[in-house]
Amino acid sequence: MEKTINLKLKIWRQSAPDAKGELVSYDVKDVSTEMSFLEMLDVLNEDLTKKGEEPVEFDSDCREGICGTCGIVINGIPHGQEKATTVCQLHMRHFKDGETVLLEPWRAKAFPVIKDLVVDRSAFDRIISAGGYISTKTGSAPDANIIAVPKPDAELAMDMAACIGCGACVAACPNASASLFVGAKISQLSLLPQGRIEAATRVQNMVAQMDAELFGACTNIQECEAVCPKEISISAIARMRREYVKAAFK
Amino acid sequence: MRFSQIFSSTIGKKLILGITGLMWATFIVIHLLENLLLLNPDPDPFNKWAHTLISLGPIIYVAELVLVLSLLFHIFYAVRVTWENNRARSISYVKTAGKGGVSKRGLATSSMIYTGILLFIFIVLHLLHFKYGSYYEYEVGGVVIRDLYRTVHEYFSDPLNVTYYIVMMSLLGLHLSHGVWSAFQSLGLNGPRFTPLMTKIGTGIAVFVAIGFIGIPLFVLLTGGAA
Repeated sequence: MEKTINLKLKIWRQSAPDAKGELVSYDVKDVSTEMSFLEMLDVLNEDLTKKGEEPVEFDSDCREGICGTCGIVINGIPHGQEKATTVCQLHMRHFKDGETVLLEPWRAKAFPVIKDLVVDRSAFDRIISAGGYISTKTGSAPDANIIAVPKPDAELAMDMAACIGCGACVAACPNASASLFVGAKISQLSLLPQGRIEAATRVQNMVAQMDAELFGACTNIQECEAVCPKEISISAIARMRREYVKAAFK
Repeated sequence: MRFSQIFSSTIGKKLILGITGLMWATFIVIHLLENLLLLNPDPDPFNKWAHTLISLGPIIYVAELVLVLSLLFHIFYAVRVTWENNRARSISYVKTAGKGGVSKRGLATSSMIYTGILLFIFIVLHLLHFKYGSYYEYEVGGVVIRDLYRTVHEYFSDPLNVTYYIVMMSLLGLHLSHGVWSAFQSLGLNGPRFTPLMTKIGTGIAVFVAIGFIGIPLFVLLTGGAA
């Protein structure tokens, strides 16, 4: 049943990439427990706009948990405490009346803050670009099932392809490592015959780009898997390492 | 890409940490098994085994060199990776919290570099206390051999030394509790049955090593030290 709660928000406010940021407190009253976290922020922003104050900048797009655009560190956890949830799918019923909630942006050298809770994740795009292409026949539609793929491989590749690139893995990792993201992207292609052709150069180029962006090294803490809204397993990271070593012998 | 280049990548550095770490974990388990001879009230079996080892000549020097080099590589890359990982998050969070679930975030994972540095200091002191410690000789079956048993029993007749070992060996257990399974993961060895098994084996080795290496000094102290 719908209830309303009052919250005290402490939000990281930073006017520009080079500006000094600080935590600012806001009281939000009569928040419906049926709202999503982002809807609650919309209400706060409407209120701020009416008062002539600068609204809180945050990223969002689909609000269905599938696009990977949103992302806020809530009380020290990327996307908040609920399992397998993006912040747009996090509902206010999980918060207590009178609770203080801390909101911070993703923190990583490779993800500089643009404004408030918005960070620049184009490092991920550059890693994907470094991965390049797959060689495949284009033009007329191919026959269905012309390339045989073992069912378990297809399933696993699909699990890896579930990555929405939100960056929560980086945000949660004590080392700000992008290994789960890169591991998932490498895995989804290396598990399929279509992706095998350029597998060696792909892993080398993507890992080189990941390192050039100054993401940290994975030390197998598995916090990334715990916060991943798509619950991608760190087996992806092990597969990336195997592919990397294999590529070195080519 | 040249093969050597892989060792300058984040993945390659962790490969080196994994391989050298597993070499040391293997050595530590063997070292514990050998030292169980210290529990024997008869000093001869322990001293004879130690004598056999040092009598191996070149083989033992090569083994020692491999151990020293792997330790130095382990330390060098651990410091480098830690430094680079700190750099990767130049601005820290006001608050961080673990999500729980599958995460292994905790004392062992966050203290690897600190337990590692303390263990390195321990290893140096350990060699000074025993290998290069007080030297006694005696005759067994017509051969004069070193009485290392006596050196060890003498050292552990002091409760302060025993306390120091209890602390350091607990830290070793903590280091191994994350290190062993993590080394396999760093080498890319992961599987739905393999990884849970290696996690259990890693914990088992950590507990076995810690209890074993705490048990020996305690046993020596409680049974009266140097006879």
